[in-house]
Amino acid sequence: MTDATSQGGARPSGPSTRLTAADSRTKKRNASEKRFRAYGLAAIGTGLFFLVVLLTSIISNGSTAFMQTFIEVPVYLDPEALDPNGNRDPADISKVSTFGYNPLIQNAVFEQVQDKGIATDYEDAGDMKALISASAAAQLRDRVIANPDLIGETVDFQILASSRVDGYLKGRVGRDSITQDRNIDAGHLDIVDALREDGTVHKSFNFAFITGADASESRPEQAGLGVSMLGSFFMMLVVLFLALPIGVAASIYLEEFAPQNKFTDFIEVNISNLAAVPSIVFGILGLAAFIQFAHLPQSAPLVGGLTLTLMTLPTIVISTRASLKAVPPSIRDAALGVGASKMQSVFHHVLPLAMPGILTGTIIGLAQALGETAPLLLIGMVGYIATNYPEGVISGFMSPNSAMPAQIYEWAKRADPAYYERAWGGIIILLVFLLVMNVIAIVLRRKFERRW
Amino acid sequence: MYDAPLRKTDVEANEIKISAKDVQVFYGDNHAIKDVSVELQDKTVTAFIGPSGCGKSTFLRCLNRMNDTIDVCRVEGLIALDGEDIYDKRVDPVQLRAKVGMVFQKPNPFPKSIYDNVAYGPRIHGLAKNKAELDDIVEKALRRGAIWNEVKDRLHAPGTGLSGGQQQRLCIARAVATEPEVLLMDEPCSALDPIATAQVEELIDELRTNYSVVIVTHSMQQAARVSQKTAFFHLGNLVEYGETSQIFTNPVDSRTESYITGRIG
Repeated sequence: MTDATSQGGARPSGPSTRLTAADSRTKKRNASEKRFRAYGLAAIGTGLFFLVVLLTSIISNGSTAFMQTFIEVPVYLDPEALDPNGNRDPADISKVSTFGYNPLIQNAVFEQVQDKGIATDYEDAGDMKALISASAAAQLRDRVIANPDLIGETVDFQILASSRVDGYLKGRVGRDSITQDRNIDAGHLDIVDALREDGTVHKSFNFAFITGADASESRPEQAGLGVSMLGSFFMMLVVLFLALPIGVAASIYLEEFAPQNKFTDFIEVNISNLAAVPSIVFGILGLAAFIQFAHLPQSAPLVGGLTLTLMTLPTIVISTRASLKAVPPSIRDAALGVGASKMQSVFHHVLPLAMPGILTGTIIGLAQALGETAPLLLIGMVGYIATNYPEGVISGFMSPNSAMPAQIYEWAKRADPAYYERAWGGIIILLVFLLVMNVIAIVLRRKFERRW
Repeated sequence: MYDAPLRKTDVEANEIKISAKDVQVFYGDNHAIKDVSVELQDKTVTAFIGPSGCGKSTFLRCLNRMNDTIDVCRVEGLIALDGEDIYDKRVDPVQLRAKVGMVFQKPNPFPKSIYDNVAYGPRIHGLAKNKAELDDIVEKALRRGAIWNEVKDRLHAPGTGLSGGQQQRLCIARAVATEPEVLLMDEPCSALDPIATAQVEELIDELRTNYSVVIVTHSMQQAARVSQKTAFFHLGNLVEYGETSQIFTNPVDSRTESYITGRIG
């Protein structure tokens, strides 16, 4: 070393810089690296913060939708009111409308109040109406029609409480806020407080929210997501069975077989552009093509599915082409080299290797379609109140229905704050579905990657 | 040690397997192969040498029409296998490639088991009537590929799990499994270490008893070791073609001499 320095001449002997002390250039470089790391961490931190805010607000706003207030009282099913002829003929029983049941329920609640010795100014059973959901009578009637032998007996019945009572138990409705409210008085809340202490009024898990149908504006306590879930399900079936084969076939042709010319370039550019087209444009296309031109029924999941298929196709084509492109050309050469035809090389070798990517793309496309609302606005799947389950598979496709995101949008629009809570609850269910689909995508990808 | 040819054989007596006449290849506007005429003999190893981009791989890929997969590529002239024009409209490239097998520069086993790699060709060509016959074909091919002893206990392990040299021998086994008449090898040893290279070269020499082998190589020593005939390509022209010993010891063209002595390339 000493030799080198003495022979070099140009550089003075001794170390020019000290390794233990960083020079200014290195310091700058290190500082900028540190800064960049800090930016990165800050960006991730911000992202996580907003995710936490989003999830907490969704859960805190929506989780209450999964609990519902019930009033559990014995109801005397008066034969005189329900079966005036006394012959238990189902035809006769079904003639009695819900108006026949309302007094029975109101009486039952009022008797309970009197039995417990709860002090109240109300003297008439009819005053209990504010506590009880308008749907309760229909539910009791359904139960009696299903089992006419109950008439004349006293049955324990979970009466659906009105949305105001439900709101009071959940803290949404307070004594201050009801001063302007004509639906319920402070006296009612006194009764609720008293009945709550002995468990007559209680909250329990709300299966009807997951399985039930939408309800009218005035009965949020009855509204559920079940029917629109079926609507979404039938739409996804249409999307899966149309978009996957069409999309994959189109991508294989474009990627492996099509000649490179102006026409295929044109198609390629258009597919990329279609992926960026706002979804509402697909909605108006669906309206024009499927409803106005092809005369398919309005609001039907079939039309929704077709419209969403148009929207999902570019996503599937792009991801499929990307995963086909990612298969190394050496595999194609290898197959062609042993005398496989073009099609054999694609179907035996390229496609299996591209499968994880294709499946992931398809499921992500489906998830996108599941959460899409805008196109459904235009084909009439929003605003329709689906009160009944479809009667079969065909009616599942053809009869008017809503979809989960459309139903959530519908609830968020409504005036009653109880619907606001349901909208958040619906979002929780939608997110669970999306989460499940993503997990399926990951699991499938893992499974197909370990093919051998 | 490897400088001398492994086995000296008189190849002049062998028949012509492939004959090319005035072959031109264009990639779009690029004239990649110019007026190449050559006659390749049966049961002979022919080496194509030349600097990068001289067209030797392109010409090799013309011999089993692998260039068909490239849209912009255009081939003119006549290439005949056993007297039949392989670019005739009636020729199905799939049938041609069953007769003219190919081994590529980078080992490219299918991501399947060793067995399935070798069995794929016979399966799609219907060479085996039943499982036992297929097993025989696979074993024979792996033996010819000089890899049987290493893999016979793990035929159902993935082919991609083998080492580079083993993978290349597996690819050779896969190529011979369809009983081709000509075997094209595009720099088969460029991704291999010297030991694996030696194994593959030994294998090539053995394959000569059954096949006509055409090998593209960057290594002149390799060409000298394994081939009986050598063709030197330069800038798309076939400069010189003759006995390997003659090309390396007494080249006619000054460009050949410059290349083998390391002055161009």
